[in-house]
Amino acid sequence: MSADEETMIPRLAQGVRLKFDAARDGWVVLAPERIIVPEETALEILRKCDGKRNLAAIIDELASEYDAPRDVIADDVHTLMSELIAKGLLRS
Amino acid sequence: MSALAGLAPPLAVLAELTHRCPLQCPYCSNPLELVGKERELSTDVWKRVIDEAAALGALQIHFSGGEPTVRRDLEDLIRHARAADLYTNLITSGIGVDEARVKSLAEAGLDHIQLSLQDTDALSADRIAGTRNSLQKKLAVAGWIRAAGFPLTLNAVVHRQNLERLEAMIELAVELGAQRLEVAHVQYYGWALTNRAALMPSRAQLDRATEIVEQARRTLTGRLIIDYVVPDYYAQRPKACMGGWGRRFINITPEGRALPCHAAETIETLHFDNVVDRSLAEIWNQSSAFTRFRGTAWMPEPCRSCDRRETDWGGCRCQALALAGDAELTDPACALSPHHDAMRAMAEADAASSETEFTYRRLKARAT
Repeated sequence: MSADEETMIPRLAQGVRLKFDAARDGWVVLAPERIIVPEETALEILRKCDGKRNLAAIIDELASEYDAPRDVIADDVHTLMSELIAKGLLRS
Repeated sequence: MSALAGLAPPLAVLAELTHRCPLQCPYCSNPLELVGKERELSTDVWKRVIDEAAALGALQIHFSGGEPTVRRDLEDLIRHARAADLYTNLITSGIGVDEARVKSLAEAGLDHIQLSLQDTDALSADRIAGTRNSLQKKLAVAGWIRAAGFPLTLNAVVHRQNLERLEAMIELAVELGAQRLEVAHVQYYGWALTNRAALMPSRAQLDRATEIVEQARRTLTGRLIIDYVVPDYYAQRPKACMGGWGRRFINITPEGRALPCHAAETIETLHFDNVVDRSLAEIWNQSSAFTRFRGTAWMPEPCRSCDRRETDWGGCRCQALALAGDAELTDPACALSPHHDAMRAMAEADAASSETEFTYRRLKARAT
């Protein structure tokens, strides 16, 4: 991922909300006529997409939290972000 | 152990606020016997139902109809649902909605709007909807929806008389800035069953439509999500109707009857509780209509021993009744059903029919 791309600020797509679901004891993504239970890593990313952090900051935080090499995390984030954008849950 | 152990709460409530509608689409999912305004639930009862739905664990509420915007208390109900932390969706034809109304819906906190599309050809759209200038009005409404910042889903119901314009429908969704497009082949219940001979596509039309959708999904990835609902008359295995009976959804009619699916009232042997009389939790957990076909214990063969029994949940009970004559049988959409070949033959005969006239959806008084 280039440095340019890392300045982008990903945010939840219009009409998408993240909510803790007390009845099922877990996080859910509420989207237009869809309810998605995100996998752990996707959830970590979605929770950081608050419209303030840019991609570089998100990768830095995850690299630190997982104590993993930054380039490995960057690759994972890139793949997951593409999936989340294709699913209409995130926009950049 | 309680019999309720392991019973998950519903994901969503479909609130059919009214059967009143300015359109008369011949494939309407409402029952043949429509409920008049005088029998509709009050604002207060709907608010209680919304609170009960949220407490039960529902996450989304779909305000539908009829045309839900004819209810003046719609914004009040949306506000109430948002306060209960439900995700709110409006399913509308857009007819009768002006710019001020769209803004008022936005102010109420509505999360998403699904706008119906009958056709991209204006004359055909009017003929299907049984009204005038419908396409022009809808295009204006779509603009106001986007201008108000709503995410938009366009819902195109497709059939033999508009499928040739599927590509144009996809283009229109992109032009209008829709996030999602539902390409929904008509499902043959109620009004659509009555009009099946005028609506059923041929197998070749269906295959072409599927190709168009698959190609558009590839080229529009990241720009437009396309959901695709196929007509199961040509299928080999049934759909998991409603994600399984009494597993995910509660449908509430304008007069308050709680149904496992919108067509369930066609199964006249079932008794449906009314939200006026019982709480949603009681209805979901205990009512005979919801428990009747829930899970796998009710299943006949070949479903009972099938390894797909928890995938398709035996398919659709209403279709089993409509086409095999008994709601307890395997859905004839399944190739293992003894009624499957007859269903397929019926679809092919209807598809080859020269019928183009519709029986329009109209309100008629219901005997009580």
